[in-house]
Amino acid sequence: MAKLESRVPNGPLAEKWSKHKNDIRLVNPANKRNIDIIVIGTGLAGASASASLAELGYNVKTFCYQDSPRRAHSIAAQGGVNAAKNYQGDGDSVYRLFYDTIKGGDYRSREANVHRLAEVSTNIIDQCVAQGVPFAREYGGLLDNRSFGGVQVSRTFYAKGQTGQQLLLGAYSAMNRQIQRGKIKSYTRHEMLDLVLVDGKARGIIARNLVTGELERHSAHAVVLATGGYGNVFYLSTYCMGANVMAAWRAHRRGAHFANPCFTQIHPTCIPVSGDHQSKLTLMSESLRNDGRIWVPKKLEDAKAIREGKLKPTDLAEEDRDYYLERRYPAFGNLVPRDVASRAAKERCDAGFGVNKTGEAVYLDFDSAIMRYGREKANTMGLKDADDKKVRALGEEIVEAKYGNLFQMYEKIVNENPYKTPMKIYPAVHYAMGGLWVDYNLMTTIPGCYAAGEANFSDHGANRLGASALMQGLADGYFVLPYTIGDYLAEDIQTGSISTDLPEFEAAEKEVKERLEKLMSGSGKHSVDYYHKKLGKIMWNKCGMSRNEQGLKEAIKEIADLREDFYKNVRIPGELNAMNSELEKAHRVADFLELGELFAVDALNRNESCGGHFREEYQTEEGEALRDDENYRYVAAWEYTGVPSGAKLHKEELVYENIELKTRSYK
Amino acid sequence: MKIHLNVWRQKNAQTNGKFETYDLDNISEDMSFLEMLDVLNEGLINEGKEPVVFDHDCREGICGTCSMVINGKPHGPQKLTTTCQLHMRSFKDGDHITIEPFRAGAFPVIKDLMVDRSAFDRIQQAGGYISVNTSGRPVDANAIPIEKDKADASFNAATCIGCGACVAACKNASAMLFTSAKVSQYALLPQGRVEATTRVLNMVKQMDLEGFGNCTNTGACEIECPKGISLENIARLNREYLSASIKG
Repeated sequence: MAKLESRVPNGPLAEKWSKHKNDIRLVNPANKRNIDIIVIGTGLAGASASASLAELGYNVKTFCYQDSPRRAHSIAAQGGVNAAKNYQGDGDSVYRLFYDTIKGGDYRSREANVHRLAEVSTNIIDQCVAQGVPFAREYGGLLDNRSFGGVQVSRTFYAKGQTGQQLLLGAYSAMNRQIQRGKIKSYTRHEMLDLVLVDGKARGIIARNLVTGELERHSAHAVVLATGGYGNVFYLSTYCMGANVMAAWRAHRRGAHFANPCFTQIHPTCIPVSGDHQSKLTLMSESLRNDGRIWVPKKLEDAKAIREGKLKPTDLAEEDRDYYLERRYPAFGNLVPRDVASRAAKERCDAGFGVNKTGEAVYLDFDSAIMRYGREKANTMGLKDADDKKVRALGEEIVEAKYGNLFQMYEKIVNENPYKTPMKIYPAVHYAMGGLWVDYNLMTTIPGCYAAGEANFSDHGANRLGASALMQGLADGYFVLPYTIGDYLAEDIQTGSISTDLPEFEAAEKEVKERLEKLMSGSGKHSVDYYHKKLGKIMWNKCGMSRNEQGLKEAIKEIADLREDFYKNVRIPGELNAMNSELEKAHRVADFLELGELFAVDALNRNESCGGHFREEYQTEEGEALRDDENYRYVAAWEYTGVPSGAKLHKEELVYENIELKTRSYK
Repeated sequence: MKIHLNVWRQKNAQTNGKFETYDLDNISEDMSFLEMLDVLNEGLINEGKEPVVFDHDCREGICGTCSMVINGKPHGPQKLTTTCQLHMRSFKDGDHITIEPFRAGAFPVIKDLMVDRSAFDRIQQAGGYISVNTSGRPVDANAIPIEKDKADASFNAATCIGCGACVAACKNASAMLFTSAKVSQYALLPQGRVEATTRVLNMVKQMDLEGFGNCTNTGACEIECPKGISLENIARLNREYLSASIKG
């Protein structure tokens, strides 16, 4: 396999992207009409890429497993989207967004990609407003901003707690315009089961029609994977139920290197697990940390009494509470990055200060915010003598306007009113920074196979900052991929359409069919969920918020054993050639059972702690992550060789020409 | 707690369906309604039977995938709640619960509780967008100030999750609340006014083509809508449609 070539353009950082756009090859409009592109996934990256490519004139086919492109899980993103607009005049700039993202990612992302992301971020907001995305506004009619973790400016644009929904519906509407024009053909309830290579290039896919069970062949000149992250390898996560790694993993098995799989984000503010029946976890947006204060009791006996239901959090005096983030990180307080906040919560709970039945929860308290906002509102209304009750009522109104839907969601799930008693939260798996390795053009190590959005690895290093996933998805889809893909497709202007009768399609379809038949032939002892839950437990306990050598070694073996048992004993009722929801799940879990192993291998290889990857052996005396820039300042890109644990490591050394590597400090 | 389920089972669109009954024990009130169905399905799989097929994905009330009628109400008994956000604490020990798919001519059943709502996509494709190129260079986002009240009203309409409960709730199986929410989102914004005339005409035409019924203003849609989309949107749609028709 060839050496990893990042294809980062030469020249000063701030000019690389403009220069690159001027230098790369283009495809003229008449030729674009003869070129087909397949896009897998219709979240922010996939929908925006499809719409833009179709507008440019390419023939696009999109695939999603959902019943409509609008339901991809980007829709659930709550808090907001970052952009270096500096509308607040608080010192923001492209450079600062770039710097914050590199630092937030603990110096494990590629400088040039991140700078480009920061550059195009401002276009995103212009674009979305032009599309009719109803962002939050101030009374003067201009756009409002809020602040997110790991930064000291307000650069986050939002639409209440439904920013992802509004952005996705915007991209979906752009897609719809192209579907109506006939430039996009949308295949819903279809899942990509394999990538087809012809002469070493990605030339199509094998998909399964989930309604009829039929296998279909689709060809194209390039294939874009915008299939999201692989957090469901943990079983419990904030991902949607259908999120899976299949498309990316199948590409990996065909030659696309998988980068940094162990970089997974555990989000600090999720609703804690309530029991074994739990099927998924729900996020409470990071935006809540603008106003919520995180604490646990100072005394162990108070924590115990709370767990036993003998004491209420509201009964605890101010001096008996430990606002541990404010204590440990005074400069950033409750708005430290996610990895730092998650580990701090785990540390307190492991030390016995957890506040729910399972001992795995901390408080997120809005009382001071309610009173502060209420007092301001009373003052502006001229009610200087308002009593606490009145102030509280006014404050609750303001908090409701900001976070109403989140509070309502919390109350539905937990059955407690967060206006009256603090929320209980605990970290949960939320995002994958790792993903398919891509070069500056977003192409994987398979020519013609691209990865966009969460599915690639490039922008967030070892930890993603809040409100940056939406930014990256849209940046890749609207502004990066439509340019860079032309450089590759310029070679294909005379290729003509690719036949699906080629022997490569025949062979790939046969392999898929055999795989499906193998799954259906299990002896039938256990359901798919049984295995998925078991895998999730191994991952959470041994590859979760903190990892160590011994645990990782055990995980590698346990996952391999579980995989073997899965193929022998999984039970899938129903038919192969019809709608079969259990078969769909089984296929996804089968790939998770391989990815999980590679995940542990990657975590074991990385003998340092950085971002979301915390190795217990590598920490400071204060329990902070200890990075090893000398030996691990690289992207670990894994080449598939037959078994996940036998993957071959390729290193992309990370070069920092514009930023000085420092110990990340939020103190 | 113990519950008795009466669930619609249908192999595919070509065959007739019927209700099957199932009894479940040890259901926790902290379970979501869909987690209760997961328990049912786990049991069915272990008996070698086919699980009940239902649409679901985000399980946090935003993707709009889940779609079932519970005891005669789309998304069940709780107001402003999707099925996935409904919890078993809304039911009592010993309750009988009847579960059916969303029923409408324009939403054919695919299997069991899963229906085909692609008609909604086609209504959006007919005009639910602003014709601005994504790769172009639009004006600065703050170049056009928008009154906060209007922006907020537009946002409120835009929070529709496209689940189809409005259609399932309507005795005419009308899609007016859904269509009007999209028309309103754009009608309230200066960017959307430019194409307002063609948009409303095209979307309403498609809505009729799909076989959705007429609106007779009973308001059941607004009551059952899990996102509280207001009937005002239907009034706005009617006004937009009338003025567009006059303009021609």
